[in-house]
Amino acid sequence: MSILIDQTTRVIVQGFTGDKATFHAKEMIAYGTNVVGGVTPGKGGAKHLDRPVFDTVSDAVKQTGATASLVFVPAAFCADSIMEAAAAGIRLICAITDGIPAQDMMMVKRYLLKFPKERRTMMVGPNCAGLISPGKAMLGIMPGHIYRQGSVGLVTRSGTLGYEAASQMKALGIGVSTSVGIGGDPINGSSFLDILKMFEEDPETEAVMMIGEIGGPQEAEAAQFVKENMTKPVIGYVAGLTAPKGRRMGHAGAIISAFGDTAAEKAEIMRSLGLAVAPSPAELGETVAKVLASKGRKSTVAV
Amino acid sequence: MDIHEYQAKELLAGFGVAIPRGGVAYSPEQAVYRAAEIGGSRWAVKAQIHSGARGKAGGVKLCSTEDEVRQAAKALLGKKLVTHQTGPEGRVVHRLYVEQAVPIERECYIGLVLDRKSERIMVVGAPQGGMEIEEIAKSHPDAIIREVVEPAIGMAAFQARQIAFRLGLAPAQVNRCVTTLLGAYRAFRDLDATMVEINPLVVTKDGAVLALDAKMTFDDNALFRRPNVSELRDYAEEDPREAQAAEYGLNYVALDGNIGCIINGAGLAMATMDMIKHAGGEPANFLDVGGGASPERVAAAFKLVLADPKIEAMLVNIFAGINRCDWVAQGVVQAAKETSLKIPLVVRLAGTNVEAGREIIKNSGLPIITADSLADAADKVVAAMRERTASAGRA
Repeated sequence: MSILIDQTTRVIVQGFTGDKATFHAKEMIAYGTNVVGGVTPGKGGAKHLDRPVFDTVSDAVKQTGATASLVFVPAAFCADSIMEAAAAGIRLICAITDGIPAQDMMMVKRYLLKFPKERRTMMVGPNCAGLISPGKAMLGIMPGHIYRQGSVGLVTRSGTLGYEAASQMKALGIGVSTSVGIGGDPINGSSFLDILKMFEEDPETEAVMMIGEIGGPQEAEAAQFVKENMTKPVIGYVAGLTAPKGRRMGHAGAIISAFGDTAAEKAEIMRSLGLAVAPSPAELGETVAKVLASKGRKSTVAV
Repeated sequence: MDIHEYQAKELLAGFGVAIPRGGVAYSPEQAVYRAAEIGGSRWAVKAQIHSGARGKAGGVKLCSTEDEVRQAAKALLGKKLVTHQTGPEGRVVHRLYVEQAVPIERECYIGLVLDRKSERIMVVGAPQGGMEIEEIAKSHPDAIIREVVEPAIGMAAFQARQIAFRLGLAPAQVNRCVTTLLGAYRAFRDLDATMVEINPLVVTKDGAVLALDAKMTFDDNALFRRPNVSELRDYAEEDPREAQAAEYGLNYVALDGNIGCIINGAGLAMATMDMIKHAGGEPANFLDVGGGASPERVAAAFKLVLADPKIEAMLVNIFAGINRCDWVAQGVVQAAKETSLKIPLVVRLAGTNVEAGREIIKNSGLPIITADSLADAADKVVAAMRERTASAGRA
């Protein structure tokens, strides 16, 4: 198993006919993802990549039975598209788009809460690389070949640092159950905590690597959950030791503005709550390997 | 994006926040004219730079005659102010704000922030004003008032009233404070701010409630729909290289070290900088080339980083997902040739089209040092930097 997606998940792409969406939809299809169609308002009825295009998410859901959506809609209109998907009954929305205004995300999160719990939409991102269950399906923009299938859950803010971790693990023969990029924005759909809860419940995930960065309270909150509620080992890393206070480091959310925001403070909180913290970003894979070895496990699948 | 005090006050006044009378001045003559226009017999001449704690740094002068206003303006314009927020390099004063000086009865603190825990706008208040909120949090942790605003409803009058009473204001001032709070909230929401700070909010001896100092920061992601805010940008307050980077769609932050960095993805960029530090070096900058970087964009990034005279070695680290290693390699080779690069360059490529990228680097005929892993890249660039600085020392 894995979390959130596998080869049976029926996926649509919002902003389907744009250049980037087209490129990545092709990659996703080639990887084995069950892409059943897409949405571009005004282009309903057309075919794109051999799949139907719809004017609205509601039409797409009715015609294809899609349950997951990957959103490539430009920042100015993205919040609206996310809400449209939630209203249409999509259960998992992953937004790749970077640059969504923070107050738009505030409204989106408020909107998602309006639905009863049993049909509530889970959102991942925005400003993320998406998610992948190696060997099964991917809902994002990552290079699929760098992941080996296995049983370590990976959750990261950064896309590229997640790639780095996955490829270090692969080089050591360690595989991934699902990798989730939660994105670099100050307000995001799912937090580290939300994803950790799912990995804890996933029978195929044996251990979790969580890679955070400067800014915000999510890493500390998740580490607290690990100590109190998780039976599986969690390995951590926090990027940004050299980041100066008050400067935004690329991601809208990567800024040291309050107590507990620095990489050193967060890593210390993780350590104090029992997480194994990688000593450097070049030792992400090795640290996972050590933790697995100490548990007498090696996260691989038969090849 | 940050703006000046006088700009924040003008914006807030548009939402009903009461402020003392004042006007901006770019010369001593204009400052005197402003004082005359404002009237009265006491004025504050305030240096306008993007920093708090200007008073402590000598950036605010109280004056009782027009001649004092002229002298204060002369002394401040062109002066370099150093506060703990500007860093040791300080900021040069190009603009002044001349303001009516008001007799102060008491000072409070009001701030609105985008709270990342509740994912809502939070209003923070404290009965002590005039000092930074971090200090208040240390000295009077129990005095801090926090109210989270429900985004679908907006700030309710009762919330504002509750804060005003807890600030300890007299009933006559409570309604004025409520107007200020509701106005500040609407300004925050309608202008896509990420921070509004009124510190201090003062009660004057004649009972008025005024924003004596104000600061606003805006969501860069929302500037596209706030033209009246984005036009307030003051480029003199920004690192020129950062402004230039923004034009190319690059994220650049200047730092103090001597190893230039070009990386894709903010997280990998931070991690690579961590790794340089781990290997015994210091990064000269943060630079994220972003997704879908064309050869032209990579070349622009290269030139931008090289423009920093401190640079002794350079590291390019690309883990391509949305990017393509061959495009990055083309950009690197092109820029290295165009700038006739003199410093050592280490390139590490991984991900999409990596083989094609490595081929381009190999066939370029340039003395580019290649690296296979993050650790390898950091070790090689620090070694190259040391070799270069050592040989420069001998020469």
